[in-house]
Amino acid sequence: MKKKYLVIIYSIAIFIFFVLYLSLGKNKIYSTQDNIGKKIPEVQLNYFDKDGHFDTKEISNSKFTLLNFWASWCGPCRKEHKYLMELSVSSNLIIIGINFKDEKKNAMKFLSEMGNPFSVLTTDFDGKKSINFGIYGIPETILINEDLKIIKKYVGPIDDKDVRQIKKIINK
Amino acid sequence: MKILSIIIILLFNNTISFSNENKKNEILKNLRCLVCQGQTISDSNSDFALTIKDVVDEKVNEGLSKKEIYSFLSDKYGDWILFNTPLKKNSYFLWFMPYILFILGGVFLYLVIKKRAQK
Repeated sequence: MKKKYLVIIYSIAIFIFFVLYLSLGKNKIYSTQDNIGKKIPEVQLNYFDKDGHFDTKEISNSKFTLLNFWASWCGPCRKEHKYLMELSVSSNLIIIGINFKDEKKNAMKFLSEMGNPFSVLTTDFDGKKSINFGIYGIPETILINEDLKIIKKYVGPIDDKDVRQIKKIINK
Repeated sequence: MKILSIIIILLFNNTISFSNENKKNEILKNLRCLVCQGQTISDSNSDFALTIKDVVDEKVNEGLSKKEIYSFLSDKYGDWILFNTPLKKNSYFLWFMPYILFILGGVFLYLVIKKRAQK
């Protein structure tokens, strides 16, 4: 009988150890990868340099769209800008810029210095619209297909590797 | 009569804004700041937390329920943004395991005591 109890105690201990071991291995860094495959929300974004607004429903007009959240005060945005410029020449990709919590004057200066890769330029002056896209810091970039579904989401500045991946997807 | 109506309206407005404030605080305390170390949105002054506070404020004023606001945010950021994990199919184990272990422990103790009493 004593042996039976020992087996039960050991089994429970092994079970608890196994659960703890599994949870230790789990990635605790927040990731928005769960958003991949989801449809982007219908949001109206104010145009940056003109009156009126851009409706995200219009994204379905192009085969692939890249939504880029950026600001002139964001250092990593400066770093990734050359890659956006590189992607802007792709024929089957439209890049929509969402200027995040920025001063219009500074953003204009940024674009005149570094070039403007955006086919459509919008603004989210208080950052609230970006919450609809699950944004929690910038730069963030979202690749969307014509069905308005998220194909890829890049948190942080995109790099050479990401550009190659995006090109591969849009040129399939 | 006019003064009385104004007082009633003011009291009514104050009651609504007080209850909205409470609701907002309760929601913010149950939201995780994703860019901070173990802080709630309520405790954090990070840029992300400030934006979420504005969004929650807006949604509360629009008349959305707590459940609707949690659902909106967990749709955008996953359940990770909530401190109280909702009861879902994949979280049954998490919610019920303590009770199962408690019952098993009770059964185990009962068997041990019974065995000793028989001796």
